[in-house]
Amino acid sequence: MTQHVSPPRDGTSKAAPVDTRPAWKNLTAGADVRTLSLLGVLAVLVLIGGITQPDSFLDTRNLQLVLTQASVIGVVTVGMTFVIMSGGIDLSVGAIVALSSVWATTVATQDFGFAGILFTAVVVGVGCGLVNGVLIAYGTMVPFIATLAMLASARGLALQITDGRTQVVTVPGVLDLAERDSYVLGIPPLVLVFAAVTVIGWLVLNRTTFGRRTVAVGGNPEAARLAGIDVRRQRLYIYLLSGLCCGIAAFLLIALAGSGQNTNGNLYELDAIAAAIIGGTLLSGGRGTIIGSVLGVLIFTTITNIFALNNLQTDVQQIAKGAIIVAAVLVQRRTASTH
Amino acid sequence: MAPEPPLLSMSGITKSFPGVRALDGVDLDVQAGEVHCLLGQNGAGKSTLIKVLAGAHQPDTGTIRWRGEDVTLRSPIAAMRLGIATIYQELDLVEHLSVAENVHLGHEPTSAGFVVRGRAAKTSTAQLLKRLGHPEVDPGRLVGDLSAAQQQIVSMARALSHDVRLIVMDEPSAALDPDEVDNLFRIVADLTADGVAVVYISHRLEEIRRIGDRVTVLKDGRAVAGGLPAKDTPTRDVVALMTGRNVEYVFPERPAAPGTGEPVLSVRGLTRHGEFAPLDLDVRPGEIVGLAGLVGSGRSEILETVYGARKPNAGQVLVDGRALRPGSVRAAVRAGLGLAPEERKAQALLMLESVTRNVSVSAMSRFSRGGWIDRGAELKAARAATRELSLRPDNPTAPVRTLSGGNQQKAVLARWLLRGCRVLLLDEPTRGVDVGARAELYAVIRRLADEGLAVLLVSSEVPEVLGLADRVLVLREGSVVHEAPARELDEHRVLDLVMEGSPAS
Repeated sequence: MTQHVSPPRDGTSKAAPVDTRPAWKNLTAGADVRTLSLLGVLAVLVLIGGITQPDSFLDTRNLQLVLTQASVIGVVTVGMTFVIMSGGIDLSVGAIVALSSVWATTVATQDFGFAGILFTAVVVGVGCGLVNGVLIAYGTMVPFIATLAMLASARGLALQITDGRTQVVTVPGVLDLAERDSYVLGIPPLVLVFAAVTVIGWLVLNRTTFGRRTVAVGGNPEAARLAGIDVRRQRLYIYLLSGLCCGIAAFLLIALAGSGQNTNGNLYELDAIAAAIIGGTLLSGGRGTIIGSVLGVLIFTTITNIFALNNLQTDVQQIAKGAIIVAAVLVQRRTASTH
Repeated sequence: MAPEPPLLSMSGITKSFPGVRALDGVDLDVQAGEVHCLLGQNGAGKSTLIKVLAGAHQPDTGTIRWRGEDVTLRSPIAAMRLGIATIYQELDLVEHLSVAENVHLGHEPTSAGFVVRGRAAKTSTAQLLKRLGHPEVDPGRLVGDLSAAQQQIVSMARALSHDVRLIVMDEPSAALDPDEVDNLFRIVADLTADGVAVVYISHRLEEIRRIGDRVTVLKDGRAVAGGLPAKDTPTRDVVALMTGRNVEYVFPERPAAPGTGEPVLSVRGLTRHGEFAPLDLDVRPGEIVGLAGLVGSGRSEILETVYGARKPNAGQVLVDGRALRPGSVRAAVRAGLGLAPEERKAQALLMLESVTRNVSVSAMSRFSRGGWIDRGAELKAARAATRELSLRPDNPTAPVRTLSGGNQQKAVLARWLLRGCRVLLLDEPTRGVDVGARAELYAVIRRLADEGLAVLLVSSEVPEVLGLADRVLVLREGSVVHEAPARELDEHRVLDLVMEGSPAS
């Protein structure tokens, strides 16, 4: 419970100075113990990678690959962070990514070129979010159930559209995004999109009324309601936002894979929830940071990469991820109780 | 012959939760075979005390003697082993199990240690139910299909399935109709005849007269009276103990002519079935109107309905003569209403957030453009509001949970001040506020009224209503039984009205 508390907490100060520090200091003010410890974990992982595979891990191409892989799930996780902070859950993110990616890569859609694919991916994502949001906010369905139903239906619809086939993308503009030629100063465009979503997500959460309402609704819905906040509308918007993030992620995935498949986004919901939890988002709502979630994503992606480079199989990766989730939550409970 | 030691003797029990001292040195003696009534307002400490007795809470200090020996009630199971059973108001039954399974939950009759002997459980359950006067309840039925009264009987059967010597009943009559209450009293009489002691919690004084032997009154975490004779203590004395204050408070001076303008808040025929009868009232700018009444008189319900948090069955709330959309908090807030609810932590505060964010939450549009918050302006505005109310510490980034009760209340008031609200609805404004900080809060409320706010105040503490309000409406069971300027009333008169409800003159 420290990330919103910026200056030193001397409760007795007679007149705490008005917050006049430059904006960049406010950014680092969020860098509390938890964020620092996440950075520490990431540093240790980089160290392990560098020691075990000195040539291949620290290679520029490999680092570009890690960041690219983190981009798709990272964008989903930013949306998920808002959902969890509001006291909800979105189990349908992986299925929405799949549905968006196949709908946006049908032959008919590809006729409209780059814009058609981007537009369709985003609209399908937002549309699914709308259904989730309406069911949860106005149909008073439990988020777990509503998004579970969406998971099942969206995956089914994605299968129906593709009939299980891989839909190869032929639009050059989209494919170019993942090509080395289009890297900006060595940074892949997909990573730039991820960075932009992260920055915008941070700004929305920390600098806008939308972010404040999200925190209020998640922290104490009854208090939010009695304070005059439209709790239901806010819930609707949050699931729309999650759907939007899924749509963007689907577009990134299309560019990365050069195709759309109904098996895309498999188990993204678990990865996104796990990354947010590791990043310090309280599953019951009201607390969390975008920076923490993004660090959670980077930690997971880095582990996957190091394991792959060391020829360790997915089963070991899964076990390690599970252990990290448990360790992270235990550490957080420890730090929470000492504050 | 030395007198028999009491069955139960609790002494000097204290229990603190973060920010609250729930029990502050409570003594309680219970004799075998008596009905000992526990009285007190909400928040007086009754629930905490019975949870200590049930082993669900561990006291910070104090001793518990059971049949003359010191005991520690480490867990609910430890209490149950001694023969202490508790029937909570929120019944703790498993709805999807049968009556017999619930009664024997945790101590099922078994063969070979683990095979549940269902038939034996059903037989013994049927016997218990018969003893409790409800042979018609089928031990095989699911508890979720039973009525509230039948569920309570099941809860009692569960208590009796142990070798019980003391039963705690937390407002057992609340969910019962009169016939069922008679049956309950018959059961209580049977139990005490067998030498079982009953600790009986109720708000209904007439019940306590009927079945009680002795009364202990709790107030603000202290036993203000222990072991009074239940049948002979005058009602007025009991109520005075529950609501009165030992300390004299300094109330701010009233203006000579408060609230002379047109009413800003008018309530016309507002009704919620089962909670309060059609209600009319007006509050003028600068005026504090108080609603006095006991628990169950509909006080909080009225306030929440005026605020739109509950939907009325009939009637209107008007601000400046314009009717608000019923059942809409947002309409009420937009029209200039603000509520400081009874349960501050659960209903008003964002406990993980700073003072500033708690204060600014209802007025974000004032310092944001297109959803973008100007944090400098926010901080300035929130600080101006908290300074106006002398909120301590004067640190806008302090987490609101670190504040004292009085300062948390000031944070809620500052929220509405910042919003520019014109009608303040205060529900038990000094609940959980330290004795020393109350006078300051009274001064703040009076000053806000003097500056033109209309205030509608609800309190179970009669002296508070009389000292603070300009005009008082006395409530009894959801109806206004009297209305008068506060200076024409005194505490005894109000208590008589609250208890007996003589017609309004």
